[in-house]
Amino acid sequence: MNGPVSRQGRIALTHLVLVAAAAIVIAPVAWTVAAGFRTQISLLMGEFFFSPVWFNFAEVLFSKTSDFLLNYRNSLIVGIASTALCLAVATLAAWSLHRMRWPGWIVHVFLAWTLIFHMIPPVALASAWYAMARPVGLDNTFIGLILAHTTLNLPMALWLMSVFVRDVPRELEEAARMDGATTPILLRHVVLPIIAPGLAATAVLTFVFSWNEFAVALTLSMKQTATVPVAIAKFAQDFEIQYTQMAASAALSILPALLLLLVAQRYIVKGLTQGAVK
Amino acid sequence: MSTASVATLVGDRTGGRKAGAAFGDDRLWRWLTISPALALMLLLSVLPLANLFVSSFQDITWAGGDSTRSFVGLSHYRALGSDALFRAGLVNTFIFAFCAVAGQMVLGLGLALLCSKVTRGRVLYRAIFILPILIPGIVIGAIWKLMLNYDFGLINQGLALLGVMQHDWLGSAETALLSVIVVDIWHWTPFCFLLFLAGIESLPQDIFEAAKVDGAKPWQEFRYITLPLMIPTIVVTFAFRLVLAFKVFDEVYLLTSGGPGTATEVVSFTLYQRFFTEDRIGYGSAMSVAVIFLVSLLLVIALSARRGLGRT
Repeated sequence: MNGPVSRQGRIALTHLVLVAAAAIVIAPVAWTVAAGFRTQISLLMGEFFFSPVWFNFAEVLFSKTSDFLLNYRNSLIVGIASTALCLAVATLAAWSLHRMRWPGWIVHVFLAWTLIFHMIPPVALASAWYAMARPVGLDNTFIGLILAHTTLNLPMALWLMSVFVRDVPRELEEAARMDGATTPILLRHVVLPIIAPGLAATAVLTFVFSWNEFAVALTLSMKQTATVPVAIAKFAQDFEIQYTQMAASAALSILPALLLLLVAQRYIVKGLTQGAVK
Repeated sequence: MSTASVATLVGDRTGGRKAGAAFGDDRLWRWLTISPALALMLLLSVLPLANLFVSSFQDITWAGGDSTRSFVGLSHYRALGSDALFRAGLVNTFIFAFCAVAGQMVLGLGLALLCSKVTRGRVLYRAIFILPILIPGIVIGAIWKLMLNYDFGLINQGLALLGVMQHDWLGSAETALLSVIVVDIWHWTPFCFLLFLAGIESLPQDIFEAAKVDGAKPWQEFRYITLPLMIPTIVVTFAFRLVLAFKVFDEVYLLTSGGPGTATEVVSFTLYQRFFTEDRIGYGSAMSVAVIFLVSLLLVIALSARRGLGRT
């Protein structure tokens, strides 16, 4: 039974199942991207072969009635700003909780709170945030949305950065202290270089989650500050759905994710798996 | 994502007390490093939640930029009990969460086991499987709204080739929730796969060598070695996915908006309607508090189950 042939056969079968699974993962995405290159008629007719057109992309990006470029810019602004803010806050806090000798109960309360916070439906938070933002004029501003996304991603960033901060050898920090390093110098020249890969992993995930976030963006933004997911939801709710344009905008919206998958796959895997396995 | 690291993080402190003696000289930096996170948490999570809790005992009406509040006691909570939509939302959310997460766990574990057996192409498979995790939920909704379209969706086209009748997957009450569950399984199985594969890769290899020497069959190897060693990873992934599944909103918002009827009404969507469509802030707050309580209860059960399983 365990001869070389049956072993090879088993591996071939394994590959077959994995390839089938990969096809199931890719097919809907590929089909939707392809739909973005079709005419509405070609899609509705269900033609298998079609000659690709750029019309939908041109319409989504450059037509006077479409705000998609603006939405794209908004998503980038909110994503980059909230990621930078979230990383700074989370890294400092993670380091502080680990290496600054806080009483145990404070660390416990802090972490328990991030866990509870993580369970709250964003829709419930969105309403409370909206009620807070409106009186101070922060609704429909980038600042409001950036702060909201920073807070939403803070628990995850804090847990991840805790894992990476714990990897910094205590002896190294102590040695730097002996040499008279102040806290800013210690953080900048000892801790930061060691946690840099971890920071990159956390940054990629935080950005992706901010880019993808919908419920809060929907409630805290209006026309000028709407992000990409909000714009795509609008497509689907139009009285007469422009299916091919919806497909084109969906294709455009996953470009950053594809780019990150190509250049930063290592960090994505690291970020996603780090916490659960350790 | 990193539920486990919370536990390890807390455990780490006992070592810190001894080793950190040389550190404690600057109390100022201790506070400076923690205060941004503390401020964000207090201002944007504790305060809104307190606000939510207080609002749940009030009726609130907005006029211009101002709100008028009147105390109504427990009446919102009493009304929850007889709210058919809330009950439908809870039932659907439970069905959705357990079916979807169970499906993702089984498929994810199966694929991870298969992938761990092959050496060639493992990186490529992993790269492909990561894709759905990175796509916005609302775009997943858009993709599957197209895929499941009655007239031209790929699913119905494929079925037509097999000679099966077209079906209105999202528009009929019998299959709407099932469709949303399948979409969620498609969306998140790769995440479970990724965590399980990392878990399997980190298992000590010598145990498997020893088992092979003792003549263990693949099934026995899985049942008596891989599975017991994977329990912590499985429970963490399960708890993490369950919490996220209870918050499901984006996909449902785009695919079905809770319909047809109440077939796919989920808690987050009910909340959204109470708050933003109907402007019933007090009542919506009471509903939020109830939901948060229920989810916390579930998590406590999941975590104590983990502790129980860890002992055996």
